[in-house]
Amino acid sequence: MNNNTDKARRNFMSKLVAAAGVAVAPGVILHQVAQAKPADQPVSSKNRWGILVNTDKCASNCNDCVTACENENGWGSGSDNEQLSSPLQKSQWIRKVKLTDNQTGHVQSLPLMCQHCENPPCVDVCPTGASMKRADGIVLVDKHICIGCRYCMMACPYKARSFIHEEIHNQRVNAPRGIGTVEACTMCVVRVDNDQTPACVEACESALMFGDLNDPGSRISIELKKNGGEQIRADLGLNTGVRYQGI
Amino acid sequence: MKKITFSEIEGWSSGYLALLAILGAIVLVGLGSAFYMEHHGHYVTGMNNQIVWGVPHVFAVFLIVAASGALNTASISSVFGKVAYKPLARMSALLSIALLVGGLMVLVLDLGRADRLIVAMTKYNFKSIFAWNMILYNGFFAIVGAYLWMLMDARLGKKFARPVGFFAFLWRLALTTGTGSIFGFLVARQAYDAAIMAPMFVVMSFSFGLAILLLILLASYKWSGREFGDALFTRLKNLLGIFVAGVLYFVIAYHLTNLYAAEHTGVEHFILLNGGIYSNMFWYGQILLGSLVPLALFYHPTWGKSRLLVGLGAALVIIGGWFQMYVIIIGGQAFPLVLFPGKTVESSFSDGIINSYTPTLAEFGLGLGGFATALIAVALAVKVLRLMPTSLADADVDPHYKK
Repeated sequence: MNNNTDKARRNFMSKLVAAAGVAVAPGVILHQVAQAKPADQPVSSKNRWGILVNTDKCASNCNDCVTACENENGWGSGSDNEQLSSPLQKSQWIRKVKLTDNQTGHVQSLPLMCQHCENPPCVDVCPTGASMKRADGIVLVDKHICIGCRYCMMACPYKARSFIHEEIHNQRVNAPRGIGTVEACTMCVVRVDNDQTPACVEACESALMFGDLNDPGSRISIELKKNGGEQIRADLGLNTGVRYQGI
Repeated sequence: MKKITFSEIEGWSSGYLALLAILGAIVLVGLGSAFYMEHHGHYVTGMNNQIVWGVPHVFAVFLIVAASGALNTASISSVFGKVAYKPLARMSALLSIALLVGGLMVLVLDLGRADRLIVAMTKYNFKSIFAWNMILYNGFFAIVGAYLWMLMDARLGKKFARPVGFFAFLWRLALTTGTGSIFGFLVARQAYDAAIMAPMFVVMSFSFGLAILLLILLASYKWSGREFGDALFTRLKNLLGIFVAGVLYFVIAYHLTNLYAAEHTGVEHFILLNGGIYSNMFWYGQILLGSLVPLALFYHPTWGKSRLLVGLGAALVIIGGWFQMYVIIIGGQAFPLVLFPGKTVESSFSDGIINSYTPTLAEFGLGLGGFATALIAVALAVKVLRLMPTSLADADVDPHYKK
């Protein structure tokens, strides 16, 4: 009788485990495959979001990426704010830079914005921790605890950050801005969290590519592996999330 | 050497009241400037997204550096046992606290969100040198405050003045190292990113702090009709001369090292040769007026005996120090970041060009307000506390005095 009971118990347990396995497995597998995360879950370091710029395809007279960013995030021509600030005081989240080689005269054009470093100097120097890097590599400013000391602007090797010199009205829900705080490219973090690409990339798919640098199967990783991509000021050892081809 | 007696100043003379009125007015101008900047936003200043730290920071860093240096005279007596400096220890400690108050006032009131000071006090990123500095500054008040107490309490002082003074000395070295490292740790800027910044700031603090202390002593002893003997006066101005020469040495070492490295020749040419206002400030302000002229005044056989000329020399050290801060802080930002070596860079965001900066009156108002706050604190303190020896005559304070 004892043996029978044991057998029945064993059968029951094995069926239970099998049933549990069937119930849980798809979830586990789906989690491994899917890139997007449910809204109620925190971002994870499994992803490292990055942008690849092909400077050969970046036209010097084109400003589409900048305009798209302005409209998406409500700065520059995308808003009627910052009327009192001088041109040197107005925010610029992304800018087009023209390079001319001093020796050869070769001219190139590229967009420059926050490079979303793995080791960001702005995050290191921020006294309150307002400058921060998400687990997925996106570098942001927490507007609630930024005290406006501008040390991050001194530390950023790319001059990617701007300080807001006056009162801001009618800000976008997806891009909070406020007087006396520092701001920069957010890699359109709200869009990324909604499984979309950043506005600049959407506006210029010929020269810009967005994706997960940690996923060897992503388009950006495959392209980087095949054709390479340089970091601006790679000597600083920051391991930037924005890479450039052709520089 | 007799026992030193300390006493408050009477503090009702018309000269004293006029001094308080003038300093008070400057403090009000400073607070008004801060309110104006806070109310409108930083667009009313000359600071922008290229020159992010301006004249307020020149004043603030100067005062903070001078604060730690002002403590030096006390340290020489308590830590290094030089009795000749003991009569000045109380004034030295008080002045260092006052200067730090003035410097921090400017720094804090310039913040984009000065209203969030509580955030800065409660949220720390311990990798940030700024966060360390907040701890170092607050600790400085506590430790130097305790030290001043030990210096003023004969019974406790006998036992504790030396150890507390020693601790304060170490703390002030850490503080100035931290202040210099604000710039030393900036890896990407051509003019900064140098370990020598920290020791250079320490020697600068010796010089600026002692220059301010010497001027205050000369003025306060003259105005209060107390005697200030030649022996102590000569010691102080000779010591100041050594500190000025020390700063010069560090400045030369810093620029020579940079000149040697091809990657830094651009910024060196900018500061030393073709930087316009910055080159002029460096050569005429910092080197000539702030270093060479004071050295000549201090060590010249006859000029060095004149209180007026030595006082002028100390004032020039302060002015030269201010120019030095201006060249370091603003000149360092004016030179563009080098993102693409070997390429000419152009953009809508001032890439590749020398950044321009025209400070506004509000910035000077705030900075001078901080200076005046430090001085009014000293003026009030000598009236209510026994900080000033009744006499600094040779017969009273010189350990080697012979009739």
